[in-house]
Amino acid sequence: MINAMPDGFSLRLQEGWAGVRAELPILAGVAPFGMIYGVLAMQAGLPVSAAQCMSFILFAGSSQFMAVPLLAGGVPALILIFTVFVINLRHALYSAALAPRLQHLSPLWKGLLAYLLTDEMFAVSITRAPGPLTHWFYLGAGAALWTCWQISTALGIFLGAQIPDSWSLDFSLPLTFIGLVVPALKDRPALLAALTAGLTAVLAYGLPNKLGLLLAALVGISAGLLGERLWKSG
Amino acid sequence: MEIWLIIIGAGLVTFLTRLSFIALQGRWQPPELLQRGLRFVPPAVLTAIILPELLMPGGQLHLGLDNLRLLAGLAAAATAWRTRSVLWAIAVGMGSLYLLQAVSGWLAR
Repeated sequence: MINAMPDGFSLRLQEGWAGVRAELPILAGVAPFGMIYGVLAMQAGLPVSAAQCMSFILFAGSSQFMAVPLLAGGVPALILIFTVFVINLRHALYSAALAPRLQHLSPLWKGLLAYLLTDEMFAVSITRAPGPLTHWFYLGAGAALWTCWQISTALGIFLGAQIPDSWSLDFSLPLTFIGLVVPALKDRPALLAALTAGLTAVLAYGLPNKLGLLLAALVGISAGLLGERLWKSG
Repeated sequence: MEIWLIIIGAGLVTFLTRLSFIALQGRWQPPELLQRGLRFVPPAVLTAIILPELLMPGGQLHLGLDNLRLLAGLAAAATAWRTRSVLWAIAVGMGSLYLLQAVSGWLAR
């Protein structure tokens, strides 16, 4: 009985644990982000339950950051939901990249992994060589991130009132996005998409209800596509 | 009440976005334009959020050396370019902002 073949259960456990371990270094950046979200939500006057449930239901940091001032500012519901949709549209890219690897799974697994699919979970998962048990790896990575996000949100909510405005914590949102976007500007069409979108957002800033953001996204994506065609043929 | 409708609605569109291609794999081939366009969503959307935050703190266009958020943001961008690390970009950006605030406070005395 010594050293029998590892059974299916322990293999799954191993794979899941490998996912947790791969996610750990990223959590160092996610934990402060979650705390800051909680603090901002409290400073904006959201109810505690709404702030925490947003982490639970949306589980999408950047869109939660954007939603906080909009919620507090009484922006119409449909516009807010559409803004969240545009910010989270990049997840469709991750969904497309992981889809072939998840094709053999049950609908329940697909739903669960889709719920957990975030920037940070994707970053770790896409580097893992696909195998018959890799979905346990994805689950481990996603669950680690999920747990960290819920706990750090709760901590931020708890600390909320004690952190003064002068700490400029809201500045961490554009900084996080700078960290995500700058390394991704690898070619000219992507750079063009970013610059035209950014410029449009500044010029259209006066439009009500963050419509400038939506307009900017549209302009940027179109410019990227045009640029791609232009530089490919040229 | 409305806040809960918004949160649930926003959660639903986010979940469906994440599920989209996973659920449709093998059943539907997305049009080519959509596949190519998706690539530009992150840079376009994220930059559209970043630039107004840097160039117009307080809602007014503000270009100049006394726009501390712009300077700190540029430092963060340079850091992100060199290190490719979100964590370093945040650390350098926040650090620069605090430093610049301290210096400008000292100069104003």
